[in-house]
Amino acid sequence: MLSDLFPNVKAEDMIEATYETLYMTILSLIGVIIFGILLGLLLYLTNKNGIWENKYIYQITSAVVNIFRAVPFIILILLLFPFTGFLMGTVRGPNAAIPALIIGSAPFYARLVEIALVEVDKGVVEAAKSMGAKTKTIIFKVLLPESMPALVSGITVTAIALIGYTAMAGVIGAGGLGNRAHYYGFMRRDFDVVVVCTIIIVIIVFIFQFIGDMISKRIDKR
Amino acid sequence: MISIEGLSKIFKQDNKQLKAVDNLNLKINQGEIYGIIGYSGAGKSTFVRLLNRLEEPSSGKIFIDKQEITSLKSNELRLARREIGMIFQHFNLLWSRTVKENIAFPLEIAGISKDKREKRVQELIDLVGLSGRENAYPSQLSGGQKQRVGIARALANKPKVLLCDEATSALDPETTNSILELLVDINAKMKLTIILITHEMHVIRKICNRVAVMENGKVVEQGDVLDVFQKPQQAVTKKFVEQVMGNDEDNEMINQLIANSTTGKILRLQFIGESTNQALISEVSRKFNVDINILQGKITQTQHGAFGTLYVQMNGEKEVIEQACQFIVNETSVELEVIENAI
Ligand SMILES: Nc1ncnc2c1ncn2[C@@H]1O[C@H](COP(=O)(O)OP(=O)(O)OP(=O)(O)O)[C@@H](O)[C@H]1O
Ligand SMILES: [Mg+2]
Repeated sequence: MLSDLFPNVKAEDMIEATYETLYMTILSLIGVIIFGILLGLLLYLTNKNGIWENKYIYQITSAVVNIFRAVPFIILILLLFPFTGFLMGTVRGPNAAIPALIIGSAPFYARLVEIALVEVDKGVVEAAKSMGAKTKTIIFKVLLPESMPALVSGITVTAIALIGYTAMAGVIGAGGLGNRAHYYGFMRRDFDVVVVCTIIIVIIVFIFQFIGDMISKRIDKR
Repeated sequence: MISIEGLSKIFKQDNKQLKAVDNLNLKINQGEIYGIIGYSGAGKSTFVRLLNRLEEPSSGKIFIDKQEITSLKSNELRLARREIGMIFQHFNLLWSRTVKENIAFPLEIAGISKDKREKRVQELIDLVGLSGRENAYPSQLSGGQKQRVGIARALANKPKVLLCDEATSALDPETTNSILELLVDINAKMKLTIILITHEMHVIRKICNRVAVMENGKVVEQGDVLDVFQKPQQAVTKKFVEQVMGNDEDNEMINQLIANSTTGKILRLQFIGESTNQALISEVSRKFNVDINILQGKITQTQHGAFGTLYVQMNGEKEVIEQACQFIVNETSVELEVIENAI
């Protein structure tokens, strides 16, 4: 019955495409979390009244973050073509998309991290200082744990944006559900493929949102 | 114990300079509870934050236990801070940690081993009366309980000094009292020096030995709490004393009472650090054949005994009243003033 409704959809192709999308999303998400937190911390710590207050480092970091956020993702991929080829040895397939996905999303997440850190009660940071805590201790035992629910919901938002980006990357040959929808669906006018790809993407987004909300809620003891 | 010499803090804000703390000199003795009172903006918080250099002084020196805090390098300062506990108006607990984990935090910072940490945390939980709540999160505690966690945390590394910035200002009167009692208790048990910032005179009255009054970044008056209560010099101080003692508007009523009284003697008893004021009235009426009728009064308890005035009417034989007055003057520290002889 399903095959009557979607005559051009092949289950194994869809599973492979879904796998590629998840692969790209999760691998780049790990990179985004690492670079995003590092950049976010750098922004927070070098900002005014921060522990490492430094106008120049803050402004440079901030400018870089803003520039990468301003460039539309589809253009970013094209701009990064040579870099990707050098780094991954190929410009096609899921692996090739990962550097662009990370560079495109990490600045966005960095801003969310910065906002999350600003929300941490200044008094608690002060209390840690009054106990003689080192900056390292303040980062790992105060700032990150105290902002964890916001960091996690930031990850959820970023992950969902990333799923969208993987679809875009798919259009220029990175594989995954976006690629399927474009080449096999749109180009061949098999619109049932487009519909199924869309449904799967929507389901993935819902699952990410659900898991993210659940974790955020569970760790929030406020 | 603590010596502060010419301490100043100037805040610069778009070309304007604000002297939050202005050439402050102060000596605080080992083991005393030293109160600092002042209105909002007087510079109290800035002052207390200078003591552990959460705020860098613009000039001046701070010595704590002979160590010059103001000359320490940042890693030395970190070590010195472990010996200066601090509690805050809004408690500043980590919401992501349980009571136990919050109290263990300064011990983690000091690099204490896990076993020792757990033992010390348990001691502290017992000390501040939080047994049974060790695994609660701060959001599950009342304000008073949160401040108890704050106190336990501040005491974890056995500090020499405890700084309290408006530690009871977010609490109701009942809870304030229990926290103040805890501080007195700790002060006695550990011989800990406590510096207490407040804008409420009754807090000073209840637990402080000495007090400094701050206004515009300066200490305008300081001394033993009783002296300050008895003879406030500055206008600010008088206002603060009135917070607790009321003011002399009541005199009207006394005059009324005097006018209406037809027998005996009306006396004004001034209590200054007298610890047996309750017993005084009954003692006098037992020893001498007089009736004592309390007309009006306001007595307040300080760390050094009762303070305040009491208006009484004494009825009886003229000679006996005379003897009773002699007794009060000679045998007690209460000051007596005869206001009216009705007889
Ligand atoms: N970081 C800062 N930058 C600029 N001015 C400041 C800063 N901190 C405090 N001040 C100013 O210094 C003065 C003293 O402030 P402080 O907080 O010490 O007062 P306080 O006596 O503790 O008052 P409160 O009872 O309201 O807590 C105020 O005029 C305040 O505006
Ligand atoms: Mg203050």
